[in-house]
Amino acid sequence: MSRKFTPKVVTANDLLIGDVVYLTHDDRWTREHREAELIEDEAHAQLRLLDGASQKNIVVGVYLADAKAGPDGPEPTHFREAFRTRGPSNYAHGKQVGEQPGPRQH
Amino acid sequence: MYSYNDFDEAFVRERVAQFSQQVARRIDGSLTEDEFKPLRLMNGLYLQLHAYMLRVAIPYGTLNPTQMRQLAYIAETWDKGYGHFTTRQNIQFNWPLLKDVPAMLSALADVGMHAIQTSGNTIRNVTSDHFAAAASDEIEDPRPYAELLRQWSTDHPEFQFLPRKFKIAVTGSPNDRAVVKSHDIGLRMIRNDRGEVGFEVLVGGGLGRTPMIGQVVRDFLPVADLLPYCEAIVSVYNLLGRRDNKYKARIKITVHENGLDEIRRRVEERFAQIRPEFHGHDQKLLEDIRAAFAPPAFRNAPTDAHDQFYAADPVYRAWADTNLAAHRNAQYSIVTISLKAPGTTPGDATAEQMRVMADLAERFSHGELRISHEQNVILPHVHKSDLPAIHAALVQARLGTANVGLISDIIACPGMDYCALATARSIPVAQEIATRFDELKLEHEIGPLKIKISGCINACGHHHVGHIGILGLDRAGVENYQITLGGDGTETAVIGERAGPGFAYDEIVPAIERLVQAYLANRTEPTETFLQAYRRLGLGPFKAALYPAEGAQDAA
Ligand code: SF4
Repeated sequence: MSRKFTPKVVTANDLLIGDVVYLTHDDRWTREHREAELIEDEAHAQLRLLDGASQKNIVVGVYLADAKAGPDGPEPTHFREAFRTRGPSNYAHGKQVGEQPGPRQH
Repeated sequence: MYSYNDFDEAFVRERVAQFSQQVARRIDGSLTEDEFKPLRLMNGLYLQLHAYMLRVAIPYGTLNPTQMRQLAYIAETWDKGYGHFTTRQNIQFNWPLLKDVPAMLSALADVGMHAIQTSGNTIRNVTSDHFAAAASDEIEDPRPYAELLRQWSTDHPEFQFLPRKFKIAVTGSPNDRAVVKSHDIGLRMIRNDRGEVGFEVLVGGGLGRTPMIGQVVRDFLPVADLLPYCEAIVSVYNLLGRRDNKYKARIKITVHENGLDEIRRRVEERFAQIRPEFHGHDQKLLEDIRAAFAPPAFRNAPTDAHDQFYAADPVYRAWADTNLAAHRNAQYSIVTISLKAPGTTPGDATAEQMRVMADLAERFSHGELRISHEQNVILPHVHKSDLPAIHAALVQARLGTANVGLISDIIACPGMDYCALATARSIPVAQEIATRFDELKLEHEIGPLKIKISGCINACGHHHVGHIGILGLDRAGVENYQITLGGDGTETAVIGERAGPGFAYDEIVPAIERLVQAYLANRTEPTETFLQAYRRLGLGPFKAALYPAEGAQDAA
């Protein structure tokens, strides 16, 4: 009996900035999880992973992360992925305040 | 204080230039990530959860004010205005952009600092007692030996591709403040029967997945044999250490699998071979290094200012009682500046705080600062008459917390707030425990208690040697925290015992509170510390407090 496939998104870190990014259905890298392509089929997931991994000069550390459909687009299911959509819990830094790595912008 | 010689300077500059080229070639696409990753790791650059992270070595935890100010400048210019001091006496910058890293390394080189060998399967930053050269119980300043080891191990051609990373710690005091027993090589300075100074050499200590306390491979090593003996150990390990399995590659496993006697035999054999090749150049070098570590010219002046404040001001008194340690000069004190104000991130300092500490060191501590493995900052040489002024300045900079060695002085690794390897968060657990006990106003009554938290089995937060250790795990997609009890990271080192099943994120703080209440209820008198009570009572009463429902079932 094969297990039911859990939907996935393709995710990585941006090579230059380091920020967390997700692959969209039209082959862009977005910083927003909800804009990612939600992949519901295992074979397609492997293909998209290869697509992402081939963009070696844009992103680093490409992998498939579990996700689920939500009202505004895909949502993470595991806490690690949820943290990656926000940033650290000890400071208002990172995505949760619309900020990128690098010096503070103010 | 020791400053780099021309060779070091040229070497570090050359590495910065090389790495700048490598970054440029990565950015223009001529290097792939597979090619670039080992290069960036060699220069202390990691890719973490949300960003790159640059880890900078602070050899044996010693910094001068200029270096501290430069760290502040780097934090402000290329990062988000703060830095994180780690349990290995390093500082980490959590948000650098790839393109800025060469400039950061160059700014570090300007003050004789670098990020070399803070990663990779090499000999890492040599750590030491943060009270070195100041502690009243010290035999000799361990830092010249640490510096000698640093120079020997930096870019050592034979040891750039060890089976795994390799960590050395040195202490010059019988009271071990450098956790030497949990290092690949631990060096404890001792005197033999004839009164000569040498080292007890421990090997095979380590935390992580398979925690082990280092074992004595040589009872007494004359100081002149330090480099050849360490070289013998590392070269035996280089040959015998397993390269087939990352989890079995540390020297602790090599010692475990081959037995201490066999390791000792091989080390002594290798030592006999290579000892004649050391013709005394290392000893000449050691002499030069020692001269650079000459003690400061201590002042002779009355100390009444301290005594008066101590008698009159309870806030000052509380701080003095917890944050000062005995200096070898009776008119002086060692000041520990707590980076653990309740609710803040253990080990973090803002650029502004770094500057305050640099200024204080310059004015009052003979230009010296230390970083402790417990993630605090030390002013090692403070005349007691200056203590009230220091305390006032620290309070203003939100650095005046009186909690060193108490329950809120928690070690916590970055955990899943930053670390890509983490299985759970550690920082917010530390923040909440500290905040809770601050509310309860109990921590001075509780007394000495070390809580140490790691966000995964790698144990960077030293949880195994915490009186209370907390290990964050991922249990079926939920953060879960395992408690160990009775660990000890000093000269009487012990690995803590697992208390039982783990706790969910929102259960861990109440669990710690129950544990502490059980200690308060069971201690014979207020001077019996948590660790002493645990050693006397064993797991029983603490387990009962942690798992009350189970106890009730058993009784039923
Ligand atoms: S213990 Fe684990 S989570 Fe914590 S810093 Fe080390 S590797 Fe990261």
